[in-house]
Amino acid sequence: MNLLGPLGFAAPGLLLGLVALPILWLILRAVPPAPIRRRFPGVALLLGLSDEAQQADRTPWWLMLLRMLAVAALIVGFAGPVLNPQTPRTGTGPLLILADGTWADAPDWTARADRIAALLAEAGRAGRPVALAVSTDLAPVPLDFTDAAAAAQTVANLQPHPWLPDAASIADWAAAQKGDFDTFWLSDGLARDSRDSLLAALEAHGKVSVFQTPRPVLALRPARFADGKVTVAATRTPTGLPLETPVAAIGPDPAGVERQLATATLSFAAGSATADVALDLPTELRNRVTRFELPGLRSAAAISLTDDTLKRRRVALIGASGESEALQLLSPLFYLRQALAPSADLIDGTVSDVLQAKPDVIILADVPTLAKGEDAAMLDWVNKGGLLVRFAGPRTAAADLGQLTEDPLLPVRLRAGGRSIGGAMSWGEPKKLAPFPAASPFFGLKVPDDVTVSTQVMAQPDPTLAQRVIAQLADGTPLVTRKDQGNGQVVLFHVTANAQWSTLPLSGLFVQMLERLAISTRTTPPKAEDLAGTTWQPDKVLDAYGTLHDAADLPGVKGEVLAAAVPGPALPPGLYAGDKRRLAVNTIAEDTTLAPAEWPARIPVEGLQQAREVVLKGWVLGAALLLLLIDIIASLAIGGRLRGPRAHVAVVLLAGLLALPHPAQAQQNGAVPTEASDAFAIRATTSVVLAHVLTGDATVDDTAQAGLYGLSVTLANRSSVEPGLPIGINIETDELAFFPLLYWPITAGEAMPSRAAYAKLNRYLHSGGMILFDTRDGDIAGFGGATPEGRRLQAIAAGLDIPPLAPIPPDHVLTRTFYLLQDFPGRYDNPDVWAEAAPPDAAQAQGMPFRELNDGVTPVVIGGNDWAAAWAMGQNGQFLYPVGRGQAGDRQREIALRFGVNLVMNALTGNYKSDQVHVPALLERLGQ
Amino acid sequence: MSDATLLRSAAEALAAPLPPLLAEAEHLATTVILGEHGRRRAGLGETFWQYRPAMSHDEARSIDWRRSARSDATFVQDKEWQIAQSVMLWVDRAAAMGFASSRDLPSKAARARTLALACAILLARGGERVGLMGAELPPRRGGAQLARMAELLAEDDSGDYGAPSAMGLLPHARAVFVSDFLGDIDAVESALLQAADRGVRGALLQVLDPQEEAFPFDGRTIFESMSGSLRHETLKAADLRTRYLDRLAQRKDRLAHLARTTGWQFSTHHTDTPPAAALLWLFTALERHA
Repeated sequence: MNLLGPLGFAAPGLLLGLVALPILWLILRAVPPAPIRRRFPGVALLLGLSDEAQQADRTPWWLMLLRMLAVAALIVGFAGPVLNPQTPRTGTGPLLILADGTWADAPDWTARADRIAALLAEAGRAGRPVALAVSTDLAPVPLDFTDAAAAAQTVANLQPHPWLPDAASIADWAAAQKGDFDTFWLSDGLARDSRDSLLAALEAHGKVSVFQTPRPVLALRPARFADGKVTVAATRTPTGLPLETPVAAIGPDPAGVERQLATATLSFAAGSATADVALDLPTELRNRVTRFELPGLRSAAAISLTDDTLKRRRVALIGASGESEALQLLSPLFYLRQALAPSADLIDGTVSDVLQAKPDVIILADVPTLAKGEDAAMLDWVNKGGLLVRFAGPRTAAADLGQLTEDPLLPVRLRAGGRSIGGAMSWGEPKKLAPFPAASPFFGLKVPDDVTVSTQVMAQPDPTLAQRVIAQLADGTPLVTRKDQGNGQVVLFHVTANAQWSTLPLSGLFVQMLERLAISTRTTPPKAEDLAGTTWQPDKVLDAYGTLHDAADLPGVKGEVLAAAVPGPALPPGLYAGDKRRLAVNTIAEDTTLAPAEWPARIPVEGLQQAREVVLKGWVLGAALLLLLIDIIASLAIGGRLRGPRAHVAVVLLAGLLALPHPAQAQQNGAVPTEASDAFAIRATTSVVLAHVLTGDATVDDTAQAGLYGLSVTLANRSSVEPGLPIGINIETDELAFFPLLYWPITAGEAMPSRAAYAKLNRYLHSGGMILFDTRDGDIAGFGGATPEGRRLQAIAAGLDIPPLAPIPPDHVLTRTFYLLQDFPGRYDNPDVWAEAAPPDAAQAQGMPFRELNDGVTPVVIGGNDWAAAWAMGQNGQFLYPVGRGQAGDRQREIALRFGVNLVMNALTGNYKSDQVHVPALLERLGQ
Repeated sequence: MSDATLLRSAAEALAAPLPPLLAEAEHLATTVILGEHGRRRAGLGETFWQYRPAMSHDEARSIDWRRSARSDATFVQDKEWQIAQSVMLWVDRAAAMGFASSRDLPSKAARARTLALACAILLARGGERVGLMGAELPPRRGGAQLARMAELLAEDDSGDYGAPSAMGLLPHARAVFVSDFLGDIDAVESALLQAADRGVRGALLQVLDPQEEAFPFDGRTIFESMSGSLRHETLKAADLRTRYLDRLAQRKDRLAHLARTTGWQFSTHHTDTPPAAALLWLFTALERHA
């Protein structure tokens, strides 16, 4: 059936008619155009004149060509041309449609879903029962073959997963299958080991056809830190032409807003499968990087999450002063330095100096007491989240530290002196360590035999002692104690940081313990024994599209599983947190290589691109008709009949014919910005424009329009805001980002926004937009669901991401952005107007009648005072609706207008007015 | 004869704005017929010209006693010499004149008849005697003559092209030929020469359709005369245009030359231009001393 590439014909026999075209050419050529009979008195003057040239009795060649084309188009048209004709797939019996559903499928998952839908439709026509499966999510139960139409309902439920199919689950699944079925396998095109076993399992049940399109796949490997630089590597398949792709480091900026912190370009050489680029980032910046990504690629493989391995903590080491003449190896800080230098930034100095440097950890090695001011500063720092690690030593033992009362900077009360064991002057052997208890952060670490403790400081027995011990000796005396202090922690090693009192600093366990306490971080991924016994809580997980989601509702993961770092249903790629440490599980491991899948020759492989069958008959016949129409006009022109009014008609017809194809083009690329949307954007952005949401109720919409017009006029008169004409927007179709403020009157019969509109509204609210909801029922109802409008507002707002609300407090910034107000009346004066609640810990500003409320413009203001009606102004400046009565009414309208001005000011300037709380402090600072 | 009435009223309407046309009369010694033209000399007439002393040959009854009584001599009242001019009209009523290129334009015949009758009305208003050439309508005066003329003008000729004949042309009269002059030019020439021999002066007005001037044709065409007696086929009408226009220009030249040699006036009028211009031209052409 295929004759010319993707073109096929329903009745190719008719094409033989094209052979007749040359004959037709000769016949048509010999027939001159028919003459016109024309009455003309001037004929007397014409008598005797003869034609100069004789060739005009033949039809001009171009007209002939036109006619030939028209006839050819007719013949071709009736032959039934079809673009991309579908060869029907044969087959009967149950059919399994299996998609790989890995992260590699994610970028074009919709295309796959479409393909699945098309295959389902085909199977439906063939009457085959169908089952759908995704290889990354195989349940070990027999497939449930259902009607194709029913299966089509579930196509939307199929989602790719950010991991690869796992051999064990494939084996379980294959074992559970019974009966014969054919398989259509939509492959993601990447080679992997589990593919063969799955193929074997499927072939045991029936024929397998594969749908696979070769396409480039890029994957970002985890970033590594070495030699002061972060190395980001990526791998790709196929390895063909040279390729340059940007890679971005993403993280919060100092203000906490996530943004690109650095970018680099990955350059793949021709034929090379990998590329890497080294980023030289300052420590400050590097510690903030949360992930690297290949911008624009919607796939989990384009995201590489970073964890503690990339971070370097600032550790301040403070030793006892005045020991400079001691041997280096006896310095209490020597072993700490050795242990921490590879993985942390070390700070030296006095307590007051290092506190300025904002360290993550301060280690006090045998420093029993701090100076008077320093201990308060230290305590403050710990309370704010610092980790203070103290080591004991002779001085600590000698100083009667916290014997009677608990020192906030010590986890336990200490007994005077301490004890020595196994020395020349004491009984017993040096003590070994007991295995770590399950509640300890060290749980799972192997205790080496050669670690012995000969001297230690002892804790006073105390009711809280047991829960503070995180490591103890074999005899049950505490070795490491810890307590929470404020947001921070205080840890005490009951031995010295050098090898004087114990061999602990000499062993590898010391480093592991420092790591577990999150004092140091490791630059290599942890091994199973490192994580043994720990439980990690997923913090953020990636989906297959590379989007991060909160994972608070996922169960914890065992450290051993995490150490294997093989993403799967039990271990979705993401960020895992455990006891102050974070570990990332990435989709792509460091040694992952990508290769295109190879299929045995017996398996038919089809392209995934499903070319849609396009019947061209109508188009070709239409073209023929068009050509014939042009021929009519051309013939008239040639025959001299195209004069006078006919000529105008012909010109109009011709112009119409030529203009005909353009709308079709516009329909084809409907998604691109149209002129209309451009005009809308220009109109909305040439000046500040207030907008109201179109409710579909003409009266309400008109009132809102007039209200915003009145408010705009008021703003222009009274402030430097000079808004343009307000715009009514359709939240389904119009872009919201242009508007600082949306006025949304609620009607009882208002349609619920669609899912896409909700997404748009939430994006608008998150990006600083403000919506004023107006239920317009302040005269009959308080705030709440009492009225139909109120209930509708509740239904609509349920889908919006709105923070906790509270009635506007008297010190809210809305009360003073432009005018000083305490009421927010509209046409009705109902005091219940709600806005985002202030944080509960907002403190009273010094000397000011209001609290220090800094950031966060309220995204919504909700009330029912029908503000638009109070603001509504006709084109002649006349207010349209009455407000109140007499002078009190005028006052109420004035306050309503002032509220509008305040609202717009708040939307435009944010909390500028609130920040003025700090003016006295700023002035004072300037004065210095 | 509503046709004639219509024609009459159209012509009256056209003639209304113009002052009475007084055709100049000269060389009328032989065709003296009393009319209302004062000749600015004493002679037969009805209006007073001058008093002169009575001569011996004056009859006694011609003495104006009222004047004579105021003096001693006797006076005779001289009258102004008054004559009337005869204007003969010929309007081509052949089929060729029935052509109109567009529905919006009048046919050439309609325009020619209107112009001719308007001219006749003007002349009659000035006291001239108007008639149609040939034996149909000898020059006479008065409204009845105009009504009769309108009736005759409304009739059509059967021939393809018309030609004037000098028959019935009074010597030293005035004549107006209105036609498209697309037919046989020789007939026109002989008529013109005969008229000139008799001392007749006048005007030739060629009425043409704009299409006949432009020849906006193209493609394969068969041109037919109005009655179909003549036909010419061409395959490419656009090629003929220049040659046709050449011939038309020659025809006009010939007519203009004839007019010059015979002391006549010649002009071309197109049916898409206002008729008043043509009437004005006729007015001045008839007033002019030949």
